[in-house]
Amino acid sequence: MKPLLCLGVVAAALAGCATQNATLYAWGDYENGIYSSYAAPGKYPPQAQVEALEKDYQAARAGNQRMPPGWHAHLGYLYFQLGKSDQARQEFMTEKAQFPESAVLMDRLLGNLDKT
Amino acid sequence: MKSRLFTVIAACFAAAMLTGCQTAQPYDYRNFRANPPHSILVLPPLNESTAIEGTYSYLSTVTEPLAELGYYVFPVAVIDQFLKENGMPTAGEMQQVPLDKVAQITGADAVLFITLKQYGSTYHVINSTTTVEAQARLVDTRTGTLLWDGRGFAQQGGSGGSGNVLADLVAAAITQVINSKTDPAHMVSRLANQNLFDKEGSGLPYGPYSPRYGKTL
Repeated sequence: MKPLLCLGVVAAALAGCATQNATLYAWGDYENGIYSSYAAPGKYPPQAQVEALEKDYQAARAGNQRMPPGWHAHLGYLYFQLGKSDQARQEFMTEKAQFPESAVLMDRLLGNLDKT
Repeated sequence: MKSRLFTVIAACFAAAMLTGCQTAQPYDYRNFRANPPHSILVLPPLNESTAIEGTYSYLSTVTEPLAELGYYVFPVAVIDQFLKENGMPTAGEMQQVPLDKVAQITGADAVLFITLKQYGSTYHVINSTTTVEAQARLVDTRTGTLLWDGRGFAQQGGSGGSGNVLADLVAAAITQVINSKTDPAHMVSRLANQNLFDKEGSGLPYGPYSPRYGKTL
């Protein structure tokens, strides 16, 4: 977990450089989680990713920050992988409500959920 | 006579090269401005380096810079999985997907095609060099028009140079151990992104979610 933490700190520092002023979104573990899940698939299972993302969500809400585009869809997809269809549906619908650009894809994913 | 002709030709070439340097053409944003996209779908990058982890390491650094510029960015891992489930197991196959199909399935305004020209670290006795070079093309899904393209480059050196060879060797060994765990090229990818998207005069313009939408970089 330590290298992961270190990674997060460095990434956060770099992200700070890139944007200079306040970011539009609360990034938390979103991109690092994607990186880790590809770099070492077995070591960062969906359940652990969901927990990290839900924690980020609480922190963002407390700080009155928005989640990034794609974030709710990604979380919904993780819930789907865990067999939690209700939570998956909720997240896909939130993505669609927050970002209308996602409507076509979210409707497709919601339709697929109904078939399972 | 022949040598004089050669001199003239050489002088012309030199002049052409010098003017080339002086008048760096500003990026032509006409295509972009005619159809500014709201949403971008990033496909897993083609990887021309020998580091196989490059594709997904780089993919996981692209969402933040694009979203912070003000675009809707489709969830990269969900898209990757979706394409895999639909018979496209590699980035090469994914980048062949017909644009009208992308528009139909996802509703994306534009697709970002990335090619990693360089990705990874080379280790020397005393130090190491990490290089990431990415080329990107943003293409309109409805018309196939190239909206924007660019190249991002970043390089970072490792330790060394204290004047004490033994100390340098130890430092180099330590750096390499740390680097192998945290993948320095992943970090350098973020710098390459900055170089790619935020470049003054040729970067990607702000998108609709940015408070600076409509203003130039």
